[in-house]
Amino acid sequence: MAEVLVFVDHVDGAVRKPTLELLTLARRVGEPVALAVGAGASDTAGVLAEHGAVKVLVSEASEYGDFLVVPKVDALQAAYGAVSPVAVLVPSSAEGKEIAARLAVRIGSGLITDAVDLEAGEQGPVATQSAFAASFTTKSRVSRGTPVITVKPNSAPVEPASAAGAVEELAVEFSAGASGTKVLSRTPRESTGRPELTEAAIVVSGGRGVNGAENFAVIEALADSLGAAVGASRAAVDAGWYPHTNQVGQTGKSVSPQLYIASGISGAIQHRAGMQTSKTIVAVNKDSEAPIFDLVDYGVVGDLFDVVPQLTEEINTRKG
Amino acid sequence: MSLRIVVCVKYVPDATGDRHFADDLTLDREDVDGLLSELDEYAVEQALQIADAADDAEVTVLTVGPEDAKDALRKALSMGADRAVHVEDDDLHGSDVIGTSLVLAKAVEETGYDLVISGMASTDGTMGVVPALLAERLGVPQVTLLSQVSVEGGVVRGRRDGDSASEELEASLPAVVSVTDQSGEARYPSFKGIMAAKKKPVKSLDLDDLGIDADEVGLAGSWTAVDSAAERPARTAGTIVKDEGEGGKQLAGFLAGQKFI
Repeated sequence: MAEVLVFVDHVDGAVRKPTLELLTLARRVGEPVALAVGAGASDTAGVLAEHGAVKVLVSEASEYGDFLVVPKVDALQAAYGAVSPVAVLVPSSAEGKEIAARLAVRIGSGLITDAVDLEAGEQGPVATQSAFAASFTTKSRVSRGTPVITVKPNSAPVEPASAAGAVEELAVEFSAGASGTKVLSRTPRESTGRPELTEAAIVVSGGRGVNGAENFAVIEALADSLGAAVGASRAAVDAGWYPHTNQVGQTGKSVSPQLYIASGISGAIQHRAGMQTSKTIVAVNKDSEAPIFDLVDYGVVGDLFDVVPQLTEEINTRKG
Repeated sequence: MSLRIVVCVKYVPDATGDRHFADDLTLDREDVDGLLSELDEYAVEQALQIADAADDAEVTVLTVGPEDAKDALRKALSMGADRAVHVEDDDLHGSDVIGTSLVLAKAVEETGYDLVISGMASTDGTMGVVPALLAERLGVPQVTLLSQVSVEGGVVRGRRDGDSASEELEASLPAVVSVTDQSGEARYPSFKGIMAAKKKPVKSLDLDDLGIDADEVGLAGSWTAVDSAAERPARTAGTIVKDEGEGGKQLAGFLAGQKFI
C-alpha cells in the first residue's frame, strides 16, 4: 500500500493532538509513516504506533532546536526521499505551514494549507477548505508533484489503530541555509492548565464587553466549569486584557470546537473568520443587534456579568 | 552603504464586502472593493521604522496584482515608502501561492534588497506562507512572525511568539522578515504624505521583464486545482432569549440538552 508521510508536532516527546488527527486522515490515503524530529523524538513512537504509524522516522539532532524552521525542512525532505510517499501531511500550525511550503517548492509540488477534511480521490487526495471567513467551502487537489497538505486542528477524530510503528533513525544532511536563523533563546509558555485553544472541544471567549483584564476572571470561571479553553477577541487583546496567544480571529487563532461561547463579542467579520466553523455557537451580548446573533444556535440578550456567572453556577450545581 | 528594504504587500478584497468566486473559481474582483491588506500595513510601518533608525535606507514597496493593485502601492507610498514596483501581467490571473512566490522572488531580486518585509499573512487567502517561500527561493534566512523587530549592523533580531514558546531570533542580512499585528500600530498617511505619494515613482514590470514563462504562473500554471466552491448554507436561525433574570439558567438548560453539561 502507498505510504503517506506525516510530520509530527510534539513538545519534548509529547505528541500534540492535531498529529493524531492527521494519522486518522492519512489512513484514508495510504499507510502512515511518521517523522519526528528534535529532542524527545523517539519518545513519540509508542503513541504514533497506537494511532496507525507503520514506521516512525526519528532524528534528534540539536539543529532543530538551535535554528528556525529550515533544519526541519531538511529532515522532511530527507524523509520524503527515503519514503517516496503519495502525500505529505503537516499540522497547520504557523511553523507547520512554513515547513510544508518550503518542502513543496523544493520537491516541485503544489501546496494546500488549512484543509479541514481530506478524502482519497481519483487524482489523489481531495482537500476541503474554508474560504472568505468560512462563508465558502472549497474542494481542491494538488495538480503537480506529490501533494503537500497542511490540516487544521479538530478536522478529524482521533482514532486508535494499532500498527508496527517500527522506529528508524533518519539520516539528515543539513542544507547550507539550515543555520541561517539562530534561536538565541526560547521561553516556554507557562501552562494555564486549560486545554490548548485550537485543540479544545469547548472554547469560551470574551470581548470588548468584558471591559477590563480583571473581569476576564468571569470568563475563566465559566471555561473552567466546562473544561474549556479561553479565547479573546482582537478588541480585548488590543486593550491588553488578555494575551495575544489567546486571540480568536483572522489575525489570531482559528478554532473549530464542538461548542463556542462568545461573551461580550459583537462578531465583526474578522472574529467570525476565526470561529464560524464551530459546531454549536452560543452568545451572550447586551446588544440585540450584534452580528454574532446571526450565527448562534442559542443567544442570550443580556448583561454578561449577570448571565455568565449564573451559567457557571448552574453548571457547577448540575455537575454537583 | 544604503540599506535596501523591499516590502511585499497584497491588494485584497475588502473583508466587509461580498466576497465570492467567479466562474473560473478564482476570486471575483468585480463586485468588491480592494485595499492594501491590513496586515501588510504593519510591515510598511516596521520598514519605515527600520529605515528611520538606519543612516541611509530606501524603502521600496512591491506588489503583484491587477491594475487596481496600484491603490495598495499608493497607500504604502503615502505612509512614507520611497518608491514602488508593480508586477502586472494578464497571464498572472489565477496564480497560486507557489507561482506568486516565484514572481515576488524574481521581482525582489530585480529590485535589489538587503531586507524583505511582509505581513504575517494576507487577509484574503490567509495562508501565511509567502515569507517562508520567499526565503526558500531567495536562499536567505527567514525571520518570520515577529512581534518585535530591529536591524543593526547588518543583523536582524526579533521575537517570535509561538504556540508553545516565545523565541528570540537572529540572522544576518540579507533576510526575509514577516511581522505580526503585535509589532506596532501602523501610522495613518498624513495629508503631506498623500500629496507626496502622487509624485513618487511606480515602476511597472511584466513577466518578460522578470524572465518568467507564462506557463509557470496563472491558473493554467497553478500547482493546485480548485474543483468546487460552495457557499456555506446559512445557519438556521437560533433561539434568542432576553435575560429577565434567568438567562444563565436558560442557557445552562440549552447546553444540557445538547449534552455539553
